[in-house]
Amino acid sequence: MSVMIIEHLHKSFGGLSAVLDFNAYLEEQELIGLIGPNGAGKTTVFNLITGVYKPDEGTIRFAGQNITGLPPYEICSRGIARTFQNIRLFKDLTVLDNVRIALHKDVQYPLLSAVFRSPGFFKGEADIRKEADEFLEIFNLADKRDEIASNLPYGEQRRLEIARALATHPRLLILDEPAAGMNPQETAELMELIRSIRQQFNLTILLIEHDMSLVMGVCERIYVLDYGQIIAEGSPEEIRNNKRVIEAYLGEEVS
Amino acid sequence: MQKTQHFKPVQFIIEVGILVVIFTLVQYLISAGLLNQYYQINLASICINIILAVSLNLINGFTGQLSLGHAGFMAVGAYASVIMTTYMELPFIVGIIAACLAAALAGFIIGVPTLRLRGDYLAIATLGFGEIIRVVLQNIDYVNGPAGIMGISKLSTWPWLFGSVVITILVIVNLVNSSYGRAIISVREDEVAAELMGVNTTKYKVLAFVVGAMFAGLAGALYAHYFYIIKPETFNFMKSFDILVMVVLGGLGSTTGAIIAAIFITVLTAALQSFPAIRMILYAVILVTVMIYRPQGLMGNRELGRRTFGRLWGDKK
Amino acid sequence: MQEFLQQMVNGLSLGAIYALIALGYTMVYGIIMLINFAHGDILMVGAYIGFFSVVVLGTNIFVAMAIAMIACAVLGVVIEKVAYRPLRNSTRIAALITAIGVSFFLEYTTIFFLTPNQRVYPAEAFPVTNYDVMGITLSSKDIFVFISAVVLMVILQYIIKRTKTGKAMRAVSLDKEAAMLMGISVDKTISITFAIGSALAAAAGVMIGVYYNSINPLMGIIPGLKAFVAAVLGGIGIIPGAMVGGFLMGILETLVSGYGSSLYRDAVAFGVLIIILLIKPTGLFGKNTGEKV
Repeated sequence: MSVMIIEHLHKSFGGLSAVLDFNAYLEEQELIGLIGPNGAGKTTVFNLITGVYKPDEGTIRFAGQNITGLPPYEICSRGIARTFQNIRLFKDLTVLDNVRIALHKDVQYPLLSAVFRSPGFFKGEADIRKEADEFLEIFNLADKRDEIASNLPYGEQRRLEIARALATHPRLLILDEPAAGMNPQETAELMELIRSIRQQFNLTILLIEHDMSLVMGVCERIYVLDYGQIIAEGSPEEIRNNKRVIEAYLGEEVS
Repeated sequence: MQKTQHFKPVQFIIEVGILVVIFTLVQYLISAGLLNQYYQINLASICINIILAVSLNLINGFTGQLSLGHAGFMAVGAYASVIMTTYMELPFIVGIIAACLAAALAGFIIGVPTLRLRGDYLAIATLGFGEIIRVVLQNIDYVNGPAGIMGISKLSTWPWLFGSVVITILVIVNLVNSSYGRAIISVREDEVAAELMGVNTTKYKVLAFVVGAMFAGLAGALYAHYFYIIKPETFNFMKSFDILVMVVLGGLGSTTGAIIAAIFITVLTAALQSFPAIRMILYAVILVTVMIYRPQGLMGNRELGRRTFGRLWGDKK
Repeated sequence: MQEFLQQMVNGLSLGAIYALIALGYTMVYGIIMLINFAHGDILMVGAYIGFFSVVVLGTNIFVAMAIAMIACAVLGVVIEKVAYRPLRNSTRIAALITAIGVSFFLEYTTIFFLTPNQRVYPAEAFPVTNYDVMGITLSSKDIFVFISAVVLMVILQYIIKRTKTGKAMRAVSLDKEAAMLMGISVDKTISITFAIGSALAAAAGVMIGVYYNSINPLMGIIPGLKAFVAAVLGGIGIIPGAMVGGFLMGILETLVSGYGSSLYRDAVAFGVLIIILLIKPTGLFGKNTGEKV
């Protein structure tokens, strides 16, 4: 069953079409790649899905419901979480707090309970702490929990971003260039990690990536975007041999 | 920054004990006539300013939304409470509750539309709303327009003042040190990221604004019933700036910083009472130098003496 | 109808003053994204310099205005160098708080040295004659204010559109880094912007002195705030917007105090501000820009 169906999505900025008649579907627990040359509109698609931008036209259906035009926090609470191309952690807060903020949407005690410090508050806080620690454990960040996020090395910041996204309990995880700036070894570890969290949390994962070895290595299906339009769709094998894709990446003259 | 909280009974008893000792000591000094009028007035001003600074700090410091209209909410509280006590002759507690509710309502009405604005636009809009509250009060005959209301009974006694300060600090510290508080802080840190992590940023901005306004209203009620007289002019934007100076000096996002700065500024104001111009020049120099050399304020977002002091406010049931 | 035209005449003079002040706000905001809270106080300083120039040096009002403009241009540059430049890379909130500090400093230093008392602008500096044009009273004050404001605005337009300095100012406000790479001295351009903006404020200060006859150390706050609203109304950062906004504010205000309650006069500005911020925060002439993620 398709967990997400996107139909005729359109977005333009000041007369310039960034995304043009974008159609896609994501199957439950699929790992899909979205690739394309720079400026093809990949991040715009992510921003449309997660509610940062409102689409001009088209619908986005998620888990059977129309989520087009909902505010970002609402879309997040329906089960879509993301990371950012340029890391956007709460950089002056601790690693632990970064994850705990993501857990807030499922907070178990009411506001007044916090103000009056009722037993429910202490129980709720303990649960949040326990769960946050579990996420940090998975991403090997547990012993850094009290560090300020911006003091982490780059690769760990990327991992923390994924941990934070997962803490919102998504069904669909959207990763915007998760391997950007990583060395091959880190990239390989990341691929392993992405596979394993998909298993563990029954996730559907959509990712943008420039690192072709990563995309071809982990993705089951790939969409190729150029000038805001999908020019190809298929398995890694099919994409590798698709003529239009090669043209888009290398330019007409080569073919 | 925040530690996970557990309830610690021994500590709780010690902390309550400290509060009781402070309260009783001052109460004794007052009733024994050992604290003259001058010190009593300053004490009251300190209490009122702590409430104002701590509540504005929730908005400006923790939520990161620069509000320049805090005096407006104080005015709403002051007038609401005086209408209850002086006009309707109801007990002080009714006046205080009315002040809190009216100011919170004003905070909600103003917050919902303006909190969509960012940074300096929000600052100017809140300044505008604060001034509108003042001008509207000047034009309402029921509350004597620009002349204001005189002959308010002096009901703000030490127990009321002390109790109000403790409650304000407790509520705000408890709020900030909870999951709701983390959501509020995430708005300050990165609004877009917070929103995408499921935090309804508008809701938490409004929440902080309403809670902050509510306590400003409380401060207004205490002010009115200590100084006998209220005039719309008292609550102009210069008053808002006064409170802002305390918050900035203490550190945006530090409750202990706001408390210390409120005490410091009140004492400074009293000391320079005969030289109002010098006081303001000093304010100016404080604002500019703090911003240039230590823009996060003297305390930054740290709390003083987390181990002793912080827990006093933090882990109370 | 006559009453209405009379209000319009008053509104235009007042609007001309607001427009001059609003230009300073808008230019500074356009170039460093700072609401220069102290702008209204520079106006006050200008009014005082004009006052002393007339009273002590015995100059006529035009010379007084010129002296005030030059002095305030220097003041503006100094304020920018001392208070705002160190904060250029910090948050906008920090810069705004600094500006509030500078505003306090100017106001209360003036109070400290010159007392908080009102001073009456010398009548001999500007003899007032009233002309009756079709039943509308046209004061020489109105004419003076309106014509000098328009002349200054024309000069400003010339500087911005036709001179190298103006080109540099536009370049820096569009993109500081690119301007720097093109060999434009960003610091110098910002200084010039402050100088011009402050000179315009000083001129407005002298005009207010003439127009209302009295000055005091806190006189700059309210016109400053209203002119700021005018700048926002026109679209902050946009120069023609500030002019239009200024005139609109002036007319609106005289109409409200003429037909409504004069007590609400000061609330008008804030009402307009809030409405414009909620409906179209970029102002009448502004374009919408979204945040990049």
